[in-house]
Amino acid sequence: MARIDVKKTYKLYVGGQFPRSESGRSYVVNGADGTFLANAALASRKDARDAVQAARKAFDGWSARTAYNRGQVIYRIAEVLEGRRAQFVAELRASEGLTAADADTYVDAAVDRLVWYAGWADKVTQVVGNANPVAGPYFNLSSPEPSGVVAVVAPTGPLLGLVSVVAPVIVTGNTCVVVASEAHPLTAITLGEVMATSDLPGGVVNVLTGSVAEVAPWLASHMDVNGIDLTGVADAGLAADLEVAAADNLKRVRRPAGRTDWLAEPGIDRMTDWLETKTVWHPVGI
Amino acid sequence: MVKVPEKAGAFFEYAPAPESRSVVDIKPSYGLFIDGEFVDGNGAGFKTISPATEEVLAEVSEADEADVDRAVKAARRAQTRVWGPMPGSERAKYLFRIARIIQERGRELAVLESLDNGKPIREARDVDIPIVAAHFFYYAGWADKLSWAGLGPDPKPLGVAGQVIPWNFPLLMLAWKVAPALAAGNTVVLKPAETTPLTALLFAEICQQADLPPGVVNILTGAGDTGRAVVSHAGVDKVAFTGSTEVGKAIARAVAGTSKKVTLELGGKAANIVFDDAPVDQAVEGIVNGIFFNQGHVCCAGSRLLVQESVADEVLERLKRRMATLRVGDPLDKNTDVGAINSAEQLARIRELSDVGEAEGAGRWSPECELPSNGFWFPPTIFTGVTQAHRIAREEIFGPVLSVLTFRTPAEAVEKANNTPYGLSAGVWTDKGSRILWMANQLRAGVVWANTFNKFDPTSPFGGYKESGYGREGGLPGLAAYLAPTSHLATTPATSQATSQSTAESTAESTSESTGRASS
Repeated sequence: MARIDVKKTYKLYVGGQFPRSESGRSYVVNGADGTFLANAALASRKDARDAVQAARKAFDGWSARTAYNRGQVIYRIAEVLEGRRAQFVAELRASEGLTAADADTYVDAAVDRLVWYAGWADKVTQVVGNANPVAGPYFNLSSPEPSGVVAVVAPTGPLLGLVSVVAPVIVTGNTCVVVASEAHPLTAITLGEVMATSDLPGGVVNVLTGSVAEVAPWLASHMDVNGIDLTGVADAGLAADLEVAAADNLKRVRRPAGRTDWLAEPGIDRMTDWLETKTVWHPVGI
Repeated sequence: MVKVPEKAGAFFEYAPAPESRSVVDIKPSYGLFIDGEFVDGNGAGFKTISPATEEVLAEVSEADEADVDRAVKAARRAQTRVWGPMPGSERAKYLFRIARIIQERGRELAVLESLDNGKPIREARDVDIPIVAAHFFYYAGWADKLSWAGLGPDPKPLGVAGQVIPWNFPLLMLAWKVAPALAAGNTVVLKPAETTPLTALLFAEICQQADLPPGVVNILTGAGDTGRAVVSHAGVDKVAFTGSTEVGKAIARAVAGTSKKVTLELGGKAANIVFDDAPVDQAVEGIVNGIFFNQGHVCCAGSRLLVQESVADEVLERLKRRMATLRVGDPLDKNTDVGAINSAEQLARIRELSDVGEAEGAGRWSPECELPSNGFWFPPTIFTGVTQAHRIAREEIFGPVLSVLTFRTPAEAVEKANNTPYGLSAGVWTDKGSRILWMANQLRAGVVWANTFNKFDPTSPFGGYKESGYGREGGLPGLAAYLAPTSHLATTPATSQATSQSTAESTAESTSESTGRASS
């Protein structure tokens, strides 16, 4: 007799835990061929707030880590992801209908992207920081610091796209709340499992699945969120509304991306968008 | 009870030392500066007065939407035909010229600034105008070195910048906005504050003297409606604003859904933190400079004094003694320390919040000082016994009013300092180096002054965290705010306006890098 599969329950990833939506709701996720894959959690306003709270709680500790240590943790995510390549290839094929070769390409690129960002952890300060030669007897140094809690609406690409928007946010010390691709949410939760086992402190990355139109406005208007990345917002009207809401506490906003080649090497702007410049002065004298 | 001398005059007698007004030639009326010429605006026009005497200085035009449209079109023409294509080395020479003329006419600018704004001539002469010239010198040198700015091999200007500036440092804020914009190859439409338009209009004359091509700099005078029209004009690619957080939020909403780039430099409620090992006299000078410089009309003013409990009495006593020597009065007197409040409206705001401070139970103190009978005046004031819940500890007063709070441990100081929606600046006074660096790490503020305060330099980025705005002015970040990177562009903007008319050709190459593979 054929063995019966043990199917996974896909929940949210918040504060290092995998809770169901407090609303008790879920939605059906079908594969590329239209067959049922799983019920994903349909996150609510309360889930969004819980996730922001978890991200805020994690911020002080994560941003105080040394850059070296953050780089090590991001690299560790890459290692663990590499070890689960087969699972992600299978998920991408099922959800997006990719060929085996394409799925391989995207998983490889996602691992490599994490390695690329891991290396940036202790270099971005040297690239965007400055020693400023002021006209007076003062020491003056500008260095980048993380903005705080960043909400991210992830693009459709369930693995490489997601990794490409999350890694640059957290590598510099921000924490984030990600709204996963509405159409392909399952891979995001599986990636949560990778992060949960990679020495990444709970709360640094929080993943919500569900309706972007329902959840994103609560994140955009949340007064304890410092920035919002609208990369995955396809509806221009919704994106404009979210940007208006974000103005309530002057969140840093990254507007929706157009067509993006996620396989191309990124610039550093996805990191610098969530960095503040702090300039410290001190007199020089004896 | 702290002993304080009754009157400043008890210490020192000063003879009047007035700076001559004769260096300034104020015209009875001024038009708008559009496309290299002064033209009449369509709006009603308004008067600008001296806040120290309420004397009318000049009539000024008011730009309406049609004027704004004319100015933006002139700026666009100048950007695409002249200023954008011009080699950076040539743009640089225009900016160096402007810097030189500012130095040559420095005294005239300082006197005019003092007259129109109410700030002491000593500050206009020694702080505002020299830093204005320095800004133009600094950014002039960048104009032909943009490929070294870390933004790729050939970063491009954004196009037309719409800039709206406040009344507290009228010409300095103009310099912070105009110099980097022009160096990067943008053209500008700038609106000075309603109460302080005169130095911006004199700057327009300086642009004429420098033979700056018409349309590169356009100056539109007016009030809030004019500013709104500038910011929301569809032909503006970049918005730069310095002013209140409330207006900053309105601008952020107004540009939502467009591809306009934005820099906002907004309010603050800076903590100036004094530890028990700080050199007290230096700290007191820093406190005074932090809150009474420019009548406290400073977004980064050290308006909350956090003093360690063990030295609070001593610091307060010395602070009061020092405040008693501050000379409040005629801004054009070279001995004046604290000038006039910029407007009746601002004076009313300062009075209102100070009354609230008293009503909420804080202790109010000002040194004895005679205030002139005409004009707008407010004495240097401190409030003691302030708690974090008091409105005077939370809201920006933008006047010579200091709220004093105490703390016991460094952690408590950090907690209190960061307990604000703002994050523009902070001050730390201590002799212990490791503590300075620890505090500097903990403070969520864009500028941290350690054992000094209110220092500005064109090479040094300035701007805030959180609701103090975003983007930086000054230094390399201040230049980057007016440039689009040309390499590492992995995405194309969703809205077509990003590649605005002016930059469409130049960015076509870089955006074509995106091959449009949009899936995982």
